[in-house]
Amino acid sequence: MTVTTPTRTALIPGVSLQARRLPRWTPYAIVVVASAVAYVVIYLENVLGGGVAMTVVAAAVLFLVLLGVTARVVEGSRSARNRLATSWVYGVFILAALPLISVVRTLIVNGHALLNMQFLTHSMRNITPFEKDGGAYHAIIGTLQQAGIAAIITIPLGIACAIYMVEYGRGRLAGAVRFFVDVMTGIPSIVCGLFILAFWVTVISPYFNDGRPAYSGFAAALALSVLMLPTITRSSEEMLRLVPAALREGAYALGIPKWKTILKIVLPTAATGIVTGIMLAIARACGETAPVLLVAGATDSINNNPFSGNQESLSVFIYTQAGSAAKYGVPRAWSAALTLVVIVLALTITAKLIARRSKLK
Amino acid sequence: MSNPSFAGSADAAPAASAEPIRSPGELTQDTLTGDYAGDTPGAPADGPPGGPDDSGPPLGGGGALPRKKAWSMETGFRFFTSAAGMAVLAIIVAIGVFLISKAIPALNANHANFLTYKNWFPGDNPPMFGIGALAFGTVLTAVIALVLSVPVAVGIALCLTHYAPRRVATVLGFTIDLLAAVPSIVFGLWGRDYFQAPVAGLSRWLHTYFGWLPIFGSGGPYGKSILLGSMVLGIMVLPIVTALTRDVFAQTPTMNEEAALALGATKWEMIRTAVIPYGRPGLIAATMLGLGRALGETIALALTLGATFNISADLLGNGGNTIAANIAHNFGEADAIGRGALIASGLVLFAITLVVNVAARAVIFRRREFRASAV
Repeated sequence: MTVTTPTRTALIPGVSLQARRLPRWTPYAIVVVASAVAYVVIYLENVLGGGVAMTVVAAAVLFLVLLGVTARVVEGSRSARNRLATSWVYGVFILAALPLISVVRTLIVNGHALLNMQFLTHSMRNITPFEKDGGAYHAIIGTLQQAGIAAIITIPLGIACAIYMVEYGRGRLAGAVRFFVDVMTGIPSIVCGLFILAFWVTVISPYFNDGRPAYSGFAAALALSVLMLPTITRSSEEMLRLVPAALREGAYALGIPKWKTILKIVLPTAATGIVTGIMLAIARACGETAPVLLVAGATDSINNNPFSGNQESLSVFIYTQAGSAAKYGVPRAWSAALTLVVIVLALTITAKLIARRSKLK
Repeated sequence: MSNPSFAGSADAAPAASAEPIRSPGELTQDTLTGDYAGDTPGAPADGPPGGPDDSGPPLGGGGALPRKKAWSMETGFRFFTSAAGMAVLAIIVAIGVFLISKAIPALNANHANFLTYKNWFPGDNPPMFGIGALAFGTVLTAVIALVLSVPVAVGIALCLTHYAPRRVATVLGFTIDLLAAVPSIVFGLWGRDYFQAPVAGLSRWLHTYFGWLPIFGSGGPYGKSILLGSMVLGIMVLPIVTALTRDVFAQTPTMNEEAALALGATKWEMIRTAVIPYGRPGLIAATMLGLGRALGETIALALTLGATFNISADLLGNGGNTIAANIAHNFGEADAIGRGALIASGLVLFAITLVVNVAARAVIFRRREFRASAV
């Protein structure tokens, strides 16, 4: 019998003040039982197809059923539901961890194979399909330049827009700006790419290129800045709103004009949060493939000039190498993926560390 | 905290004499977020005179105070920030205008019904293309991805906020934020090269035991299928939805939780009665934002879907395509009409995501307290 004995004597004889509880070890015991049954029935007897994965799944299902029934019999239905919910919460956690761990593991195992100085300092120019040499230098240059130009365009614009929404904007117009910034965060990146394709590549760029449409790193930077603008604006707006009104009022009371209050008091106070938002936006822009694929063109050569000629980027490099029939295409794609993830995560981690230092919470 | 104000005031004070002094009414209006704007009339009788926007004669001080300058840094700065605000509106309008203007010639040349035709032959003579299969695939993969990932995301979010020890939860939450930053091409590559085999095994099993359901009807061979694409997509949006949901659940008032527990609720009953109802608008908004992400995802699906053009309920067989993946696939060899056709399909995608996002915003705005940072 699994019923615990009441530790205190009941006030009324025969009526216990404590509900009956399963002992603490019950779930572990059920795990063992369920695993054993699943192992014998599924793994050894090949019911339902057998296999390791099926055994684990069956063990999990069996565990839930046994736990639910036991808890219901001993503790009642409320407790049974509580126990099942706890199992669900921890269960999905493990379930989700498996593929995510697999992604990270694959990335590291496959990525480090070709990742060396040769890979980081050479382009793919004149690399034949069976050559192992070649690298992603041209793509790294492209990614950094495109994200950098996009940041130069977007940071002043995004912060100014946030200042407008928080400090100056009133009425319908400001409401519309706020609403459309929100809507803009949801625009798919490929639509940004198509927009720059329709706007810059086919309409504006022919004026600079003897009438022919020109792909360029700058076009990619424009597409990325359309993507980054709402992110930077939103995060800056939230940080500006957190600045206490007392700081502003103190400045006004001293006779300081509003623009100077904003530039010298409000922005420095919110600076760490704004920088965090900017770095997260840059990190996201670095990893974007679709818009760059449409407007930057692609090349195997190093192109240090983002304003003229096709330019590669890391994400596009991964995409083309992954789809190429070259012998070392896929390994190169994985090494480039590892490089890209390192860049993106370095930006993200720095952003999070900066966020910790923020005084505004 | 007070440092910036001292620093600012110290070097700004001399310059201030050259600027107009503002009335208290104006101050209230500017510093509070507009809530009290209606309560404080800007009449000069209220406080010390000298409103910056007064065009009349200088008030108070016998005209000693400087007049408002025609152009000052204040107006310049105000103009600059307002222009930035307007730029957002201009960009949105420009996106619509340029996409439509490039799409119209291609749509005029199209000899099939753009909305219902299933194939994509913009290079043929006459050109025929339609988004029937593409729009179906886009919505189908996104919905399956969300159905798979939202219950998991809610579970993880609850685990992080209410079950796991705080220290563990902080570390895991940080990891989830990092995973949300991993570029989609990495998930796509992983899905194509390493997830395909397990999913093929799963497909075989599903077909063997549930083959009587039309969605599991395909007998193989199994490769790049809707199931693979949606599962990769689900794994990809999982960290994003989790991060948003976690923020929502973490905001539940402790008072509500403790009240539920004090009334004898079990932990699950506490979550059901205090946490979930409080976080429901945020949960819906997070789901919708995840849906918007999933609808617009390009590269991961370009690598994991079979890129065929058919509408079928079958999830297991080779096939599947989405608007965005189709753009990535066909862009390289597209001519003018082909490009216009792709832009037209992008316009439809834009419209779909716009509807989803506006709906999500509407849900968020109904509950103002919830302000999740939309990633």
